[in-house]
Amino acid sequence: MSDGIDRRSMLKGSTAALGAAGAAALGSASAQAQDVASPSGTPNVNTSITLNSTSRSFAHEARVTLLDLLREQAGLPGTKKGCNEGACGACTVLLDGERINACMTLAATCDGRSVTTVEGLAAADGTLHPVQRAFIEQDAFQCGYCTSGQVVSAVACINEGHAGSEEEIAEWMSGNICRCASYPQIIAAVQQAATEMEG
Amino acid sequence: MKNFAYAIAPDISSASEAAVQGAQLVAGGTEILNWMRLGIVSADRVIDITRLPELSSIDRQGDEIRIGALATLNQIEGSDIVRQDAPVLSQACLLAASAQLRNRATIGGNVLQKTRCPYFRAEAATGDRMPWPCNKRVPGSGCSAREGDFSRAALFGATEACVATQPSDPAVALVALDAEVDLVGPSGSRSIPITRFHVTQSEAADLARTREGRRLLGGDAPETPDALIENRLMPGEIIVAYRFSVDTASRNSAYVKLRERESYEYAMASAAVCLDQSAGQVRQARVALGSIAQKPWRLSGAEAALSGQTLDEARLTSVLATAFSDAEPLPHQDYKVKVAQGAVRRALTKAGGSIQ
Repeated sequence: MSDGIDRRSMLKGSTAALGAAGAAALGSASAQAQDVASPSGTPNVNTSITLNSTSRSFAHEARVTLLDLLREQAGLPGTKKGCNEGACGACTVLLDGERINACMTLAATCDGRSVTTVEGLAAADGTLHPVQRAFIEQDAFQCGYCTSGQVVSAVACINEGHAGSEEEIAEWMSGNICRCASYPQIIAAVQQAATEMEG
Repeated sequence: MKNFAYAIAPDISSASEAAVQGAQLVAGGTEILNWMRLGIVSADRVIDITRLPELSSIDRQGDEIRIGALATLNQIEGSDIVRQDAPVLSQACLLAASAQLRNRATIGGNVLQKTRCPYFRAEAATGDRMPWPCNKRVPGSGCSAREGDFSRAALFGATEACVATQPSDPAVALVALDAEVDLVGPSGSRSIPITRFHVTQSEAADLARTREGRRLLGGDAPETPDALIENRLMPGEIIVAYRFSVDTASRNSAYVKLRERESYEYAMASAAVCLDQSAGQVRQARVALGSIAQKPWRLSGAEAALSGQTLDEARLTSVLATAFSDAEPLPHQDYKVKVAQGAVRRALTKAGGSIQ
């Protein structure tokens, strides 16, 4: 943004304050149990990945998940943190072309591999990926929190050849939960994109 | 999750050696990461065993199929060998978790899953911070699931101390296939039948009074807490492969999973059936049930009772009634017996059996 303040840094500032107050209210036990993989922790591993077609290297704590690395160190907050336990699919990314939950993957185990996030789907000139266009045209989201995971998962679902029917799409997209229940529109979007990509 | 040292295992023996010294091994990570977040395990060293490509192959030699421990659930599901000669295993892998998790989860780690009991899966960095009793988390503290609301509690083999169930789908298929588990450990290699790999709570209680039981926990304390013993994997032992023979029954096999939502959900009960039926008569049936005990529950009595017989409605009803006559559902969970029996019926039909 032109004034140098964006939504993300605003939110970061306010949640940091909230987090401190919350931790105090809950007591230190709760605060210690939090899974906070701070980029400020002392790095003890180096991980090199091809991230959205660009070679990147990161020094980080070994406990850092791919999800936290992407969001906190790589500056790619498009991949969302929903449940952080492999139950919602909001953090879906492609690892060597296969869809995975970034929250269930230690960043260190990705060394030498290729990662594609939702930010890497559109063409360099900004032309949206057919799946992204289909999600817009089919109105396949409401709040939008799950959407980047849905879109990345749908790209893989189509590439795998699992978009042959509504039933097959529902089964193979079941790893992405939509709490607004836009499922009929999501299935329609996957079908539309599959037709375009396979055509 | 606290930070840890991380290294990639160059070979299986160094991974085993590290595990003996207390390192946590990680492959797919889809269970381990949650264990570390919840405080179920705490590791100072994590060893990545995923860069051992010889452990990920799926081969057939003669009548034997060998599945490397690092094969992912999606690789097994999509394998032509498995689909053709052991569809029960392909189906069990497909019905497990989600497409994303199946790209990570390996069949080696999958059978080592821990119970989905929500009392067990409380977030607590140390035992004294557990919000409620759980004998698997704090031995001797008690079992909250007995008094609480855990609809996936065991029907068989549970004790006062614990009613947990093993949630793995592929393990149930492997039991119906009579697979062997190949293990490598600090004192060499060995193989054991998968039917003997997991143990129920009451088997664990017996084991805990033996020398083997104490070795399973890597300790020599005279009073071994039996709720912690879930399988016969020794400290430092690593599953490297599963092997099973292809036969008529394995080719005519099926997996049925009954659950509260259609997909991406753990089972209330599941059934794996391998069926050799000819001219209406059962020549051989192998039947295993999932999520009703701390191990895949083989219906050996029912298998024997069906052998050489026609698969008619009256006989099946009677055989299934006998098979569940000693089931011990928790109060208000009697329905699970019917769910489990229904899973067997559907799996028999799906495997090509015709019930007359």
